[in-house]
Amino acid sequence: MNIRYQQIKGRSLGFYALIAGLGIFILATLGSVYFIEHHGHYVTGMSNRFVWGMPHVFALFLIISASGALNVASIASVFQKKLYKPLSRLSGLVSLALLMGGLMVLVLDLGRPDRLIVAMTEYNFKSIFAWNIILYNGFFVVVAVYLWMMFERRLNKFTFKAGLIAFTWRLILTTGTGSIFGFLVARQAYDAVIMAPMFIIMSFAFGLAFFILILMASYKWSERPLGDAIVNRLGNLLGVFVAAVMYFVAVKHLGSMYLAENAGIENFILFGEHIYTPLFWYAQIILGGLIPMALIYHPALRGNRSTLGLASLLVLIGGVVQLYVIIIGGQAYPMEMFPGKEILEGYGDIAAYSPSLAEIVLGIGGVAVALIAVTFLVKFLPFLPESLADEISDPHYKTK
Amino acid sequence: MSKKLNRRDFIKSTTAVTAGVATISSGITLTTFAAEDSPVTNEKRWGMLIDTNKLTESNIDDMVNVCQEENGWGSETHSTGAQKPDWIKKVKVRDKTTGKIDMLPMMCQHCEQPPCVDVCPTNASMKREDGVVLVDKHLCIGCRYCMMACPYGSRSFVHEDLSNQKEHMPRGKGTVESCTLCVHRVDKGGIPACAEAVSSDGVIFGDLYDANSKINQTLKKIQSTQIRADLNLNTGIRYSGI
Repeated sequence: MNIRYQQIKGRSLGFYALIAGLGIFILATLGSVYFIEHHGHYVTGMSNRFVWGMPHVFALFLIISASGALNVASIASVFQKKLYKPLSRLSGLVSLALLMGGLMVLVLDLGRPDRLIVAMTEYNFKSIFAWNIILYNGFFVVVAVYLWMMFERRLNKFTFKAGLIAFTWRLILTTGTGSIFGFLVARQAYDAVIMAPMFIIMSFAFGLAFFILILMASYKWSERPLGDAIVNRLGNLLGVFVAAVMYFVAVKHLGSMYLAENAGIENFILFGEHIYTPLFWYAQIILGGLIPMALIYHPALRGNRSTLGLASLLVLIGGVVQLYVIIIGGQAYPMEMFPGKEILEGYGDIAAYSPSLAEIVLGIGGVAVALIAVTFLVKFLPFLPESLADEISDPHYKTK
Repeated sequence: MSKKLNRRDFIKSTTAVTAGVATISSGITLTTFAAEDSPVTNEKRWGMLIDTNKLTESNIDDMVNVCQEENGWGSETHSTGAQKPDWIKKVKVRDKTTGKIDMLPMMCQHCEQPPCVDVCPTNASMKREDGVVLVDKHLCIGCRYCMMACPYGSRSFVHEDLSNQKEHMPRGKGTVESCTLCVHRVDKGGIPACAEAVSSDGVIFGDLYDANSKINQTLKKIQSTQIRADLNLNTGIRYSGI
């Protein structure tokens, strides 16, 4: 059956309330940015030890989620799975919106955001950051073209090629994001090439969780039919991705522990007495990994949308925590500057970070920007199929 | 015959103009320091040998104080301890096995292969031909990636507005900075302020390549080391006694 795409009406009270709520949050975000940039970073919890703080946690969380949110479209156009095809446009949109939110946070946390033009014109090609600037900008172009091929009926035949380019691009992009950390040779917390594939698999899970929540919310609020075939399939896929993330986390830590050089940082994160250990075990592993898997795979909860929604939300919360443990926990522990020696003074204590409100608001502001972009665009462009009922979307649907 | 400007020509000409402007403007770079008499060449490699056995704690404190005085950092009013700049700091270490305690001054190690220069997206972190690693404050966007990459924690971020800066050492809120090996002195034939502050042979500054220099000759004679030598960065700052 043909899929008909249609803008949402967007005239309900709920729609305006959502826009207003997000808008107020974005205003608060701009206020925080002004506050930080006007005074300088001394008003944040960041320091010369905590070089990157809460804004980076959210920025990287959104950027890796962005590349993962494109997966649904890739599965449809590159791997030719018909069930996912009607979701492709939304997948592209969510992906661009999340990237926009993430980049906004990243740029607004710079010491000199006014010099963005320098970052766009001066490139050091040995720098992973410089590569990422090109990869992020390119991603906007590649996904925009991809969406255009999907929207324009005459160009539909190019969807496979555009999708293949976008899929390849996103894999390289997340490799770049992971390598920001993977190539930091001096820091025991990061120096591991596994960071790149781990970030890719994290992007699969976080991006899909965002996608599921946005899909279910938009169909519920616009009162359009959404069949079980799609929802259950996405749920199962999320479970697989969450398991894969946990596998990579296990391999990363086990591999790292094997090196005597890394014993300090691994003990600090996994068995330490600071906030990072409970965050790792309770929030990242249990709340963001095991519980979502149980919610998805427990036979009694199969097909239950509320629990799938909760599972997706927990995956996202676990994701933010995971990045917090990686970025903040990794900086809290000192670098191994004098192997065999203990530093008594001058450097080397375990540093304490307490994020300021402005930083947290800026970070969450990135999520608000992404959500408001999706909300507006589904009103003005036909991103969402009128119906995703099983008889329309499921190629294997059989009338009972 | 006057030719009507069609869309293709318009695009062509605007592209040419844009490319032209981009080419010209990319050539305009404000350089932080420039040698006055002779150009900086790679025939020299500035370095410093720090002998911790010859340095007392008060020597090291002096080194920190004169650096602050010379370069005008450390009087920030709003920044917390961990936010204040730290171009040079006193580090005390204890051997885990023997319990031997050493004290040393730590600053930018002026690596031959500086990780900060590798990671800097805008080329703001740079290494001069003579081995001095600097930050071009006009190009620094304050991303702090260099601070993540530096194995020595030697870089500082300016967390607040500054006043009463030294003329020879421009600094700015939202950019990264570190020890410049006092290039403003060295380029005029002088030596870094911290080296000058120590009267003994505890700190020797000079050209590592010059076979007649004191630093070169001393390094040939005595046992010395580089911090995190395993990273193979070939630092310009060498230590003896630790």
